[in-house]
Amino acid sequence: MNLRRDVFQAIADPTRRAILLLVATQAMTAGVIASNFDTARPTVSKHLQILTECELLKQEQNGREIYYHINAEKMKDVADFIEPFRAMWEDRFNKLETIMKNYKGK
Amino acid sequence: MEQKTKIDAENGKQDLTITRVFDLPVELLFKAYMEPEIVEQWMGTKVLKLENKKHGSWQFETKDPHGNIVFKANGTIHEFIPGQKITRTFEMDNAPFDVQLEFLEFEKLTDDTSKLNMHVVYRTPELRDQMLKLPFAYGINMAHNRLQEVVNKLK
Repeated sequence: MNLRRDVFQAIADPTRRAILLLVATQAMTAGVIASNFDTARPTVSKHLQILTECELLKQEQNGREIYYHINAEKMKDVADFIEPFRAMWEDRFNKLETIMKNYKGK
Repeated sequence: MEQKTKIDAENGKQDLTITRVFDLPVELLFKAYMEPEIVEQWMGTKVLKLENKKHGSWQFETKDPHGNIVFKANGTIHEFIPGQKITRTFEMDNAPFDVQLEFLEFEKLTDDTSKLNMHVVYRTPELRDQMLKLPFAYGINMAHNRLQEVVNKLK
């Protein structure tokens, strides 16, 4: 699986884009983020999980609360327009490598 | 995560290079470019024709689950040296892009590792940039524009 590719799938979703734009202004808890959407709370949690997994968001413990921050470094990667092109080839070449390693084993 | 694939695309130029080091002997790397059923697996497209010889030609086609053709490309092979080099053209059907020229060089590093150097030449620098942006254009332009604003604020 290609992590880079997932980042672009992550930002292809309108709700997740809205979450990123919201959190970009300031760090927020899941509850506060969810209160900005009509979507059910578990759905928002799922979106937060995906955004955290692909490192667009970072979690930070503050007392009993977990705050979500935007990961500036990763966001810059995404903004680089060559990155999706590179990720596309990386993905293809990773597949090629896996296929041929198995081929060798036969 | 380590980035194994590198893209070198200088501003204002009409070419680019894609390089990648593989944990594979060069023979196996080359085979992945030669055998239609293997090409299909990693390129994610159907291979209609692949004539691995000088003056040979190739044709790829991808259909969506409904059977509509979403991608079709073809080209001619100009040079084919097993285990070393493929020179070929690449043209997308029904797309406003001109033919591009591709030089693929396969290099043995060790017995178990190899390197692919892909030099792609486009007709103009503008066409090159359009091709570079293509993977981005598939439905995520909107995301890019809004997120670009965010990123600008982060700088």
